Amino acid sequence: MTADLLPLSRLSSALLSREVSPEALLEASLARIRALDGKLHAFLRLSEEEARAAARASGQRHARGQALGPLDGVPVALKDIFCTAGVETTAGSKILRGYVPPYDATVVRKLKEAGGVIVGKLNMDEFAMGSSTENSAFGPTMNPWDLSRTPGGSSGGSAAAVAARMVPGAFGTDTGGSIRQPAALVGCAGLKPTYGRVSRFGVIAFASSLDQVGPFAQDVRGVALLLSAVAGYDENDQTSSTRPVPDYAAALDQGVRGLRIGVPREYFGEGLSPEVEKAVRTGIEKLRGQGCEVKEISLPNSPHAIATYYIVATAEASSNLARYDGVRYGHRARAGQLLEMYERTRAEGFGAEVKRRIMLGTYALSAGYYDAYYLRAQKVRTLIRRDFERAFESVDAVLSPTSPTTAFRLGEKMDDPLAMYLSDVYTVPANLAGLPGISVPCGFDPGGLPIGLQLIGKPFDEETLLRLARAAEPAEHPLPPLLQGRAP
Amino acid sequence: MSVADFEPVIGLEVHAQLLTRSKIFCGCSTRFGAAPNTQVCPVCLGLPGALPALNKAAVEMAIKAGKAFGCRIAERSIWARKNYFYPDLPKGYQISQYELPICSGGAVPVPGLRKVGLTRIHLEEDAGKNVHAGEGSEVDLNRSGVPLIEIVGEPELRSAEEASEYLKALRLTLLYLGINDGNLEEGSFRCDANVSVRRKGAQALGTRVELKNINSFRFVRQAIEHEIARQVEVLEGGGKVAQETRLFDSAQGVTRSMRSKEEANDYRYFPEPDLQPLLVSREWAESVRVPRLPQEVMDDLVAAGVPAADARTLVNDPRLVEVHRRVGGDPKRAALFVVGEFSRALNEKEADLAALKFDPALVREVWRLQDSSAISSTAAREVLAELIRTGEAPEAIVERKGLAQVSDAGALEAVVDAVIARNPAEVARYKGGKANLLGFFVGQAMKELKGKGNPGALNALFRKKLG
Repeated sequence: MTADLLPLSRLSSALLSREVSPEALLEASLARIRALDGKLHAFLRLSEEEARAAARASGQRHARGQALGPLDGVPVALKDIFCTAGVETTAGSKILRGYVPPYDATVVRKLKEAGGVIVGKLNMDEFAMGSSTENSAFGPTMNPWDLSRTPGGSSGGSAAAVAARMVPGAFGTDTGGSIRQPAALVGCAGLKPTYGRVSRFGVIAFASSLDQVGPFAQDVRGVALLLSAVAGYDENDQTSSTRPVPDYAAALDQGVRGLRIGVPREYFGEGLSPEVEKAVRTGIEKLRGQGCEVKEISLPNSPHAIATYYIVATAEASSNLARYDGVRYGHRARAGQLLEMYERTRAEGFGAEVKRRIMLGTYALSAGYYDAYYLRAQKVRTLIRRDFERAFESVDAVLSPTSPTTAFRLGEKMDDPLAMYLSDVYTVPANLAGLPGISVPCGFDPGGLPIGLQLIGKPFDEETLLRLARAAEPAEHPLPPLLQGRAP
Repeated sequence: MSVADFEPVIGLEVHAQLLTRSKIFCGCSTRFGAAPNTQVCPVCLGLPGALPALNKAAVEMAIKAGKAFGCRIAERSIWARKNYFYPDLPKGYQISQYELPICSGGAVPVPGLRKVGLTRIHLEEDAGKNVHAGEGSEVDLNRSGVPLIEIVGEPELRSAEEASEYLKALRLTLLYLGINDGNLEEGSFRCDANVSVRRKGAQALGTRVELKNINSFRFVRQAIEHEIARQVEVLEGGGKVAQETRLFDSAQGVTRSMRSKEEANDYRYFPEPDLQPLLVSREWAESVRVPRLPQEVMDDLVAAGVPAADARTLVNDPRLVEVHRRVGGDPKRAALFVVGEFSRALNEKEADLAALKFDPALVREVWRLQDSSAISSTAAREVLAELIRTGEAPEAIVERKGLAQVSDAGALEAVVDAVIARNPAEVARYKGGKANLLGFFVGQAMKELKGKGNPGALNALFRKKLG
């Protein structure tokens, strides 16, 4: 196996022991992207020159024995939702085509400060609205395990790039499952931290009270390293937490003996594919085998999560997306009058799903409907959060499937938004409750498609979550057929 | 029926820009008058991904206002988004406060009137400015994100005059608090008026009309008076007042319909998810100091012996109060100087008080010269004027302009003797009983002394010599 196929944490060790150079690693990454991205369309653009300069600088630090840390020289890629100074950032939308931010998101700045080599920007559902990456204005991303299927979404580009070993690590955002669901569908690890753990400054907003930044990697240790680099308080994001950031990788191998896992019965009901359930139950047994205590619990309000989410998220989105008005940046339609300019700019610039959500959210906030929709949804949100609080009195983490099915076919759900929304039925509650959640691979369906299980933890207890995920993850990370030279 | 048969009901909403150095949600400068779009950053430009970070100084100023007016200061208040589209509003929403504002209740004491109740005071950010240029429009976002407090008054005002007095009292208090510069013309202190009328004795309120674009005290009266008359006319003609927003047209002195209730924006307020609730601990609120307010300063001055009229003049301009304090000495005499010479000099030059270079304490030096008869009272006025203009030391001014008064008995006696010798006829008439000729002799002596003689000493000398 060539070095660049190693999971992130082992690559990091290889860099630190100078078995491999940042420059060589970057070239291997770029070569694989060139070879595969025509089929996958994970990337929207590459930053080869900047990446080469960063790799060179990293190589010099390693040569001097002054590496900045475990990420120094590691190639990473970013969902195109992170603002990157001087590099076009579109959020997958036509309305931001050509938009070049003047500043770096805090996550981007921290990543650069850790020595990460930013290779490029990854495809996504427009404004992170979707579960298949088919809502990208720039065309869908394909699943490395089956090119006729989606990698999930909205961070589908991030998931596909990591699964196809184009980069060892990537960042995405998760508003209702947009990291965990695609991680499950492509067979890698993906973490949504606690709300407030990672700064949202410079991350293009979808739904401010739900959005959270998180990493993808093949291995849980890689996820831990990436999280350590970007987590922490940011004075530019007043919803970020001042709690100190632990060394997430340090506690990983403490084992899970004695940890209590709650399995919520509401997450194993109608709509769950039997193959997924079987693999998740195998994962549960694996943890039990390592000394975890497993018990059935109830999260009675979780069945209301999707309805609640599509009111809260769309309401916030309707306001967050008001700034795309053609006045200052991005797409502007030609029109004689102001109102006409607004209408045509937004009609031309936004895709169908974004328009649908703006309309839903505007309606939910309208005079006369606010109490019945937005206010009620906030109350249900509180009930969902309380369910988890009650559960965490007797368990250390909650375990469920990540997604009810394995990767679905491109186009399969595009005409049925509700079916698409249900793809996030198990992931949305953690966003509403602000809790950390991680998806790790737990097997394959008979067709060879990856299956993920989800662990949801207590607020700011990513350490326990990562320990459990580490115990649940497979010993090896199989390559998708695309990389085994027998792509369909 | 006529206007006299109706009772107007008026409530004012005031937007006051806070005098913080930086904006409410970013570090950009709030300085007025910079080149367009030079005091901006990703936050106040509403760029994708930017988030607000609260400036505590703005909160302190709101607390100060709340304490000055006796409001309840909320320990927990909530930021809200007010959503609407306009080119000067870069995010498509304004961050404001809606259901839970930082201050509620309280009242504004209006001199000569009564206390006028406040509904609330809340914090929010200002929008930018649309500048209409040639064929299109341009947007200047320097003002975007400047902190504002909105002070919502109860509908307790009953005439345009009362509204104007209320507004003046409110403005003056904000000046004393040092949180707003009270500039209506530049728009740092803005007023909207809600006006309705009802038949005298009626309990129910009439339909309310909101007036906008009122940018001087004169226009406040004009706009409200016109609107009252217009509404009465509508009602007397058997019509109904429409609920709407009207703009005041200062050129014509009339109000014009801007938008009807049906066209009104639905602002879709909801809690701002990018900011935590605003928590003001009791300790924080208590630590915010409120300086002495206009009425207290008025009471202090009157107690110190300053006549009420002078005290009122001083109080109405906190800069004058400051000069008065710095002059020191006898408060009454200092007040006379400030409302007299000083205000005159200020008005003539339209001088910028901040740019004045004189040390007010030197005024006492002028008084000392005058009281010791070193200079005449006429000369003293000239020295004061010069002092205000140049800041030069009073004795140097007296020296430079040759204003020293001759009081030396020997020097005066020679002149008095000469005048008596030159005017035998007048001397005879004086001695015959024409006492008012004394003025003539003093005048002659003054002429001789080029105006520098001490008039009191001359009087005494002539009286003595002419027996």
